[in-house]
Amino acid sequence: MSRVLTGHSIDHVVLERGEVANSWRQERWDSLRLLTPNWLSRLPGYAYAGSDPDGYMNLAEVVSFIAGFAAETSAPVRTDTTVTAVRSIEGGYQVVTQLGEIRCRSLVLATGAANTPRVPDLHRAVPQAVQCLTTFSYRNPDQLPSGGVLIVGAAATGVQLADEIHRSGRPVTLCVGEHVRLPRTYRGRDILWWMENSGVWNQRYDQIEDLERARRLPSPQLVGTPEHSTLELNTLSAAGIEIVGKLAAVRDGCALFSGGLANQFALADLKMERLLDTFDAWARDSHIDIEVGPAERFPPTRAPLSTRLSLDLRSGEIGSIVWATGYRPDYRWLNVPVITHKGELRHDGGVVTEAPGMYVLGLPVLRRRKSTFINGAEADARDLAGHLAGYLAACAGPQQDCATRRRQESFEIPPHL
Amino acid sequence: MGQVVNNGVNVDALLAAREALKNTPAAGEFTWRASCKWLNGTHARSTIQGFRGLGEEQSHKSEFSFDTDHPQVFASEDNGATPVEVVLVGLASCLTAGVAAVAQNRGIQLRSVEARLEGKMNIAGILGADGDVRNGYDSIKVTFHVDADASKKDIEALVAQSQKRSAVFDIITNPTNVTVEVV
Ligand SMILES: Cc1cc2nc3c(=O)[nH]c(=O)nc-3n(C[C@H](O)[C@H](O)[C@H](O)COP(=O)(O)OP(=O)(O)OC[C@H]3O[C@@H](n4cnc5c(N)ncnc54)[C@H](O)[C@@H]3O)c2cc1C
Repeated sequence: MSRVLTGHSIDHVVLERGEVANSWRQERWDSLRLLTPNWLSRLPGYAYAGSDPDGYMNLAEVVSFIAGFAAETSAPVRTDTTVTAVRSIEGGYQVVTQLGEIRCRSLVLATGAANTPRVPDLHRAVPQAVQCLTTFSYRNPDQLPSGGVLIVGAAATGVQLADEIHRSGRPVTLCVGEHVRLPRTYRGRDILWWMENSGVWNQRYDQIEDLERARRLPSPQLVGTPEHSTLELNTLSAAGIEIVGKLAAVRDGCALFSGGLANQFALADLKMERLLDTFDAWARDSHIDIEVGPAERFPPTRAPLSTRLSLDLRSGEIGSIVWATGYRPDYRWLNVPVITHKGELRHDGGVVTEAPGMYVLGLPVLRRRKSTFINGAEADARDLAGHLAGYLAACAGPQQDCATRRRQESFEIPPHL
Repeated sequence: MGQVVNNGVNVDALLAAREALKNTPAAGEFTWRASCKWLNGTHARSTIQGFRGLGEEQSHKSEFSFDTDHPQVFASEDNGATPVEVVLVGLASCLTAGVAAVAQNRGIQLRSVEARLEGKMNIAGILGADGDVRNGYDSIKVTFHVDADASKKDIEALVAQSQKRSAVFDIITNPTNVTVEVV
């Protein structure tokens, strides 16, 4: 956004509580690699320039990629500056940080979709003896006590951690609810090549039938490895990981799992096939059938005849639980009434309509299916910066119907806090 | 699809209700009720009429009544289905209604829908003969025969979606807190 605002010659400042690329430095596990290929890591006027465009960046590479972009664009970033409150004031917003306050006419919330792990309330019933970790506190398997590990959640994070922890020699049980199954490669190309080229990834939020559902969808079961391997439930269970249904309750020290696993498999398999059908149709219609491999179909997820419905957490079988149940944003510092009773920000494609001049970036399917991904930032930022520029112009314009105009001078950003 | 699909489900009303709930979430809080009177032996009669929802008391058009009993092999008089069979009825009818609703929403014309259910149970549990055997079903199998203007894939998706949105499927596959009091 900063880069695009600079393109519009709009004065701005970027406040960051830590360092540039803070979430990648502080909030990820050690072995994480992007699940998006290098060639897709693009920011405005900036792209991966290394020798392995089809590979997947590790953490250090992501950090240097983003830090490199900040340096190259001379983004006006103030690091170590935590926003502690935002209030509406006449004609704009007051932004309070631990170093002082700033007044601005327009504000972009780019604090991300994943400020804190989303852990279900039922974690409170887990017996004390079982060590609980979240995807923010988990770094590597050495942290875990001996004994079995229950991993709750089978989106990208859950399946990746299940695989890693299982390889460390610990027995792993994986709780699987609704999930998104995808092969790493399809017809010889990365699945994200298909997403991007077929247009699925660019599908706009106002063209999606059930937008709320699309926004709640878990991340796809994908991993980025040098081998480009597919990480699916069939592979995990063949390796010896026990798959159980969604964790439904913890009662009297026992974890109780849903008996509806077979249908979760059926739904995910059907959805994957529908997506592959879409890709096939696109390949046919755009005459690239000959450039890619033949159409493929993958075996269904094998449902065990019966899955375990309960697991006694007091028996010692399970030493630790890793909650891989997703992430959510944290808006406790936002003192403007634009948050729903469920803690979600009300916005229309990133325009916070109830708070003029306020915008948000990086939320799931904000404006496009790819909105939460690194590659999705540019298009959304361009759209929203256009809107923002129009808003500022209207405020400064001859109509004078905008309250800001009278107090314009007080919105100058001080050079130092 | 061409012609208008009619499975007798008012999908527009359901979708409108979903929208309405976004603004008034409290209206979504429902209480369903049943009462049951013992008649004789294992024979009992349950009745259903009132429920609460949309912020007020509601009522079925008339009272519905269900007799339950045990079959003669249990030395009972067999005046009605067993309660465990009634559970199968709940699941079957919930999934079947779901198939119709989802089909309507997806523009699929149904010609016939039939579900067969089988629940496996070892009665050593309820008789207290073996402490390792649970009282309830070990497993339930539902087999759907759906005749509709749709591919096999679409029908499978229909049935999968119906399970995903089914209250009774959820009740049976997930634990529920139950409190029983004597007053
Ligand atoms: C586990 C995981 C794996 C992912 N893998 C991929 C992937 O493979 N490919 C991909 O494209 N995307 C991936 N993503 C999505 C990824 O987070 C985004 O692509 C990208 O990081 C989003 O950038 P952002 O700037 O919106 O949010 P963030 O990267 O989260 O940045 C938000 C910044 O705001 C700062 N901040 C927050 N609150 C405050 C405050 N109150 N005051 C000041 N500063 C604050 C934070 O310190 C942080 O630096 C992944 C996300 C997660 C959680």
